[in-house]
Amino acid sequence: MATQHTKEVEQQISKGNARKYFFEKLSSKIFLACALLSVISLLLIVGFVFYKGANPFVTGDYSFLSFIFGSEWVPSEDKFGIFPMIVASIYATMGALVIGVPVGLFTAIFLAEIAPKRVAKIVSPAIQLLAGIPSVLYGVFGLAIIVPFLQDNLGLARGQSLIAVILVLAIMMLPTIVTIAETAIRAVPKSYREGSLALGVSEIGTIFKVVVPAAKSGIMAAIVLGLGRALGETMAVILVAGNSLIIPTSLTDSIRPLTTNIALEMGYAAGTHLEMLFATGIVLFSFILILNFVLARLTAKGGH
Amino acid sequence: MVMMVTEVAAVNKQQVSTASAQSKILVDDLNLFYGEKQALFNVSLDIKEKEVTALIGPSGCGKSTFLRTLNRMNDLIDGVRVSGNITIDGEDIYASNDVIKLRTKVGMVFQKSNLFPMSIYDNVAYGPRMQGIKNRKVLDALVEESLRGAAIWDEVKDRLKTSALGLSGGQQQRICIARTIAMKPDVILMDEPTSALDPISTLKVEELITQMKKDYTIVIVTHNMQQAARISDKTAFFLNGEVVEYDDTNVIFSTPKDQRTEDYVTGRFG
Repeated sequence: MATQHTKEVEQQISKGNARKYFFEKLSSKIFLACALLSVISLLLIVGFVFYKGANPFVTGDYSFLSFIFGSEWVPSEDKFGIFPMIVASIYATMGALVIGVPVGLFTAIFLAEIAPKRVAKIVSPAIQLLAGIPSVLYGVFGLAIIVPFLQDNLGLARGQSLIAVILVLAIMMLPTIVTIAETAIRAVPKSYREGSLALGVSEIGTIFKVVVPAAKSGIMAAIVLGLGRALGETMAVILVAGNSLIIPTSLTDSIRPLTTNIALEMGYAAGTHLEMLFATGIVLFSFILILNFVLARLTAKGGH
Repeated sequence: MVMMVTEVAAVNKQQVSTASAQSKILVDDLNLFYGEKQALFNVSLDIKEKEVTALIGPSGCGKSTFLRTLNRMNDLIDGVRVSGNITIDGEDIYASNDVIKLRTKVGMVFQKSNLFPMSIYDNVAYGPRMQGIKNRKVLDALVEESLRGAAIWDEVKDRLKTSALGLSGGQQQRICIARTIAMKPDVILMDEPTSALDPISTLKVEELITQMKKDYTIVIVTHNMQQAARISDKTAFFLNGEVVEYDDTNVIFSTPKDQRTEDYVTGRFG
């Protein structure tokens, strides 16, 4: 009787094991499929944009160089030059960087090193919440507050301008810069701080000479990611940029960056015009790729 | 065990030149609280100038906490309260809030090397530079003098510009000592400076400490009782935040007055 009993248990266990192996295999396949989904999406989007965007240069007789460096964009006359938009995108992003990086970095230092815990507990979530605000609302805020303010105080005919874009983008990149830089600063070993303070160095001296240099690669990553955010922003920019097709020469000029060009015209474009918008997308995507490459280099350096 | 330690202590005692040294640090009725929890109880010590004072005791007895009150490193922790008096050269160190001045006078070497990710030279020159010394020649001389003072000059003189983090643990710890000496302190606090080192590196650091006491007042926390016996002139035994006994090192290790001290130094607990 005992042997029969044992046999039954053994059978049950081997049956159970078979089922376990089956689920093990099945779940790993499901995980793989989920992981592949994002890679496939990336390939599809990139492939589609490049296929469409490269068409006028490959099959049509448009020159890529005159597309990049041409300064006239008049689709109805078959003129497709995006140089003003490239310049506008670069100016807007760099301008946002000049304001956003110092403010973001000082905020991160304040939160990680100086602020009392109670204050940091309020400010940190507030900054993270800033990242969650839909970008169209930033645009609405810019249009309702910043644009009229500039209009009144700088005596402009229209408040929509490069400087308005810069201000809105600077605010939008803050959460990215602050959150990542704060994490990097907090990751600096406490012993570095102690070592410096024990040598009779002030707290501010310690922060700038020991802590920030030690967190350098993380801070650089924060800046690059903030840049990417600013470069790719569309909705908020449309509302405050003015969208004029000129090469900006002053901060008060109305501008049209690459992103808004696509968003504004995609709705009605057809034929070559449509393909040229995809080509604009290729240029934008190349900028983002370069930034990501820089970022990868930076974080790889910080790793060792 | 007792015999061996006693002998070492006796040998050490002969090296002590001045029998009645001057007081450097006077601690009077010191109490320290982490929030509600009291960590130090009525600690009173008279630490002599140009001697090595060892603080021994089991883990969590408050010896490191006490050490950190001497350069006010405990100020960095939220919710620390201190009562009582600590004077260095007759000056109450808790009277003013000039911790920067205090810490230039009272240097500290930590349990694990905490050199910065910079070159050897920059590590040693860091403190003086932050005090505003910019003259290249002055800095060069100071770095060399400090590295010689920490008995590591010959080992690193050819690679001063390379990263300090590439050195061995023992070398790093001696660079930490050099970095501390570069500030020309009076007092050097050491928090288990050899606990992460191998025996040979430990020996080198111990030799260094013995040499350094002609110029500095040294207070050292150690888990290693033989080390306390070998290098210190005075020993304080801490237990549960109190000083159980404080006396000449050879007395503590040969004829302690308190039973708890005897139990501890003979290895019966802790």
